[in-house]
Amino acid sequence: MDLISILLGGLASGMVLFIVSVGLSVTMGLMGFVNLAHGGFAMLGGYAIVLTMRHWGLPFPAALALGFAAVAALSVLLERALYARLYRASELDQVLFTIGLVFVMIALVTLAVGPESQRVVLPAWLDGQTDLGFIRYRTYSLALIACGTLLMLALWLGFERTRIGARIRAAVDNRRMAESVGVDVGRLFTLTFALGSGLAAVGGGLGAEILGLDPQYPLRYLAYFLIVVAVGGLGRVTGVFFAALLIGVLDFVLKVEFPKGGTMFIYALTLVFLLARPQGLFGKRGA
Amino acid sequence: MSTALLETQGLCKSFGALEVARSIDFRLEAGARQALIGPNGAGKTTFVNLLTGLLQPSGGRVLLEGEDVTRLAQAKRVKRGIARTFQINQLFRGLTVLENVCIAVAERLGAGGGMWRPAGRRTEVVEESTRLIGMLKLNDDAGRRVGELPYGRQRLVEIAIALGLNPRVLLLDEPAAGIPSAESHILLEAIAGLRKDIAVLIIEHDMDLVFRFAQRITVLVSGAIFAEGSPAEIAANREVRAVYLGSALDA
Amino acid sequence: MSTMLPAAIELARRHRLQWWEALPWAAGIAAFFLFPNYLAFGTQVLVTILFALSLDLVLGYAGIVTLGHAAFFGAGAYTVGMLAMHLGWTEPLSGLLAAALVAGAIGLVSGWVLLRTHGLTLLMLTLCTMALLEQAANMFSGWTGGFDGMPGLSFQPILGLFKFDVLFFRTQYLYALAVLLLCFVLVRMLVYSPFGRSLTGIRENLLRMHAVGAPVRARQVLAYAISAALAGVAGAVFVQATGYLNLAVLGLERAAGVLIILILGGYGRLYGAFAGAIVYLVLEHTLSKAYPTAWQLGLGLTLMLVALYARNGILGLGEALRRRWSAR
Repeated sequence: MDLISILLGGLASGMVLFIVSVGLSVTMGLMGFVNLAHGGFAMLGGYAIVLTMRHWGLPFPAALALGFAAVAALSVLLERALYARLYRASELDQVLFTIGLVFVMIALVTLAVGPESQRVVLPAWLDGQTDLGFIRYRTYSLALIACGTLLMLALWLGFERTRIGARIRAAVDNRRMAESVGVDVGRLFTLTFALGSGLAAVGGGLGAEILGLDPQYPLRYLAYFLIVVAVGGLGRVTGVFFAALLIGVLDFVLKVEFPKGGTMFIYALTLVFLLARPQGLFGKRGA
Repeated sequence: MSTALLETQGLCKSFGALEVARSIDFRLEAGARQALIGPNGAGKTTFVNLLTGLLQPSGGRVLLEGEDVTRLAQAKRVKRGIARTFQINQLFRGLTVLENVCIAVAERLGAGGGMWRPAGRRTEVVEESTRLIGMLKLNDDAGRRVGELPYGRQRLVEIAIALGLNPRVLLLDEPAAGIPSAESHILLEAIAGLRKDIAVLIIEHDMDLVFRFAQRITVLVSGAIFAEGSPAEIAANREVRAVYLGSALDA
Repeated sequence: MSTMLPAAIELARRHRLQWWEALPWAAGIAAFFLFPNYLAFGTQVLVTILFALSLDLVLGYAGIVTLGHAAFFGAGAYTVGMLAMHLGWTEPLSGLLAAALVAGAIGLVSGWVLLRTHGLTLLMLTLCTMALLEQAANMFSGWTGGFDGMPGLSFQPILGLFKFDVLFFRTQYLYALAVLLLCFVLVRMLVYSPFGRSLTGIRENLLRMHAVGAPVRARQVLAYAISAALAGVAGAVFVQATGYLNLAVLGLERAAGVLIILILGGYGRLYGAFAGAIVYLVLEHTLSKAYPTAWQLGLGLTLMLVALYARNGILGLGEALRRRWSAR
């Protein structure tokens, strides 16, 4: 595989990582809540998207929208009913709760659909290859790269230019101060949680071709999502974006060149990086 | 001029564009009974944080008996003799009063890291802690969990811990806040009973307490020293009255 | 001389052995006679208790949340395995010592490096360290047996007298019980010592510990290293008892598993490891083979409920019940 193909392949999987992880980064940055079940929302979304396409014949974009909405709604329910009780709890309790939740999600999906890996049938217009001039590459991967970039720009604009975005950024930087100037952090969090989980759902569906889709998905990729979030810096969209691309490309390259122990380098690099820069690429330094 | 026990030279701290300490030159002599007052947001607690090492300054120096301790971490400064209480109690809420004080005393006696004998059998630690608890009239609460105590009593535990460190410099951040007036004499008696060579600096808003306790008052406004002098001088200082004291003294 | 406060008297006596502390050990010995066909399972339980106990020291007492404690379990396991496979060193007691030293050394170095951070970053780094070791074990398969591991290890008799009993696991069980007892005595002593109290202080209020002059990081690293050594001993016993070693000794499943067990039992309570391991493993043994998905569902729901309502696990519930009973 030549360099450009590898780069494009890595970027594509990096985009999937970004789309799934950006929600996790913002919610963790906003509320400091360790949500290890985030991958579960991605999985649920993936399944919703794949199954509605298969059994109801929904076109791909419609399925993605439905997956987004359904998982976002579910996440609001879970957040208001359960997550909200643990905001003041210790990190340990949050870890425990979300591990339990992800087990429940995995078990329910296994019981409902079965343990097999799900295949995504891509619509015709995304299948095949596209000629970019200097290379012919999978249309789907190129579309992913384009979508991911657009999403990043949209989110970035949203955070930088809208009032809600400003409130979110303020609350991420200093929650108490934001509260004292009248920002309703609780409602803000429900909103971002819904958005983040919905995006994860879309990521799960979009990425099913690349990352696969089976009940073990949330646990298999948990480390990757957490690494992307930690390396990118909590609550930083641009940080998550670059971290996800970095990890995506690295992982892809390593899988191609060192199939046996390649992932070891990802962990080693993350270790070294976080030790040198615990706040991540763009995170703020603790006082 | 003799070496002050605790001194700052040109101490500065800023958070980005926000200057919270502006070139503060401060002296605390041995045996001082000094008060630090000023309006809210003046930077009094920040100053104490800089003195104790909880915050690193952006510029300037902190000197303990002439020795530069600016780069020294919090715990090391405690070992050199600087102890403080916090504005909001920092206690081990799940442990009993006795255990709270014992932890502090054990660290001071260098017994905090011992692994072989049980902590409860360290008689020198327990006896000293018992003495401190008695001094602050907490005998009845010694076996109760700190988290269960009323706030005022927790405040006294906070003081006991600071005293248990046998400091040469004692920094008290609003020690009376939260203590019901019926019990505030306990605090005053405890401070009055300290060795004469210990320097005590209190941050307070309670002017009654300040004027009863302090031999010297420093007024901090917007991160800089505004005025300094004896209580009479400060009370008579018109600018201080205008900026801060006014309503408090007239009341 | 003033009379001692009642609280001081209580404090001086707290470390004394209570009568009910003999129960787990009596039960352990009773099980040896009552369940002769389940000693292999019993050995697993004992190893897991030791592993959970080591985690309690660092999590329950020092308050360090780690998802990577299996790194040390695996380090101990692989030390024993590699010594046996490459050096023919199969003497069990010295193998234990070697495992403790290697795992403890890794704990010391990684603790010193990692414990500068906290929160999510620390959690991530513990995960990364463990994953790194796991991948390394996978990659250097010439040394470690890689993915398939080392299936058929056998060890010399303990003290030259007690042969490992491959059929009924009698020797293994008593061996594990003895090692557990020894390690438990050590942990118990640490917990009641001033060192142990300072760990509790660090967990309860980190800022305050700094403000009383405690060398916080040194204590944390030391606790981490000791805990790592104990986890290594657990891993070593595991390999010596089963004669089997593969990558599963490292990895998220084992690390998350021991965390779950400790919390279910009740962390920071010394015996939480016992309660959690016994209850969890017995339930898993009976239920998960038959209905694996339902088991996962039930486990997940239990964890969620525990996090919401029973943070202190089985022992915590027991304490709450006892308090309500005596308040009647």
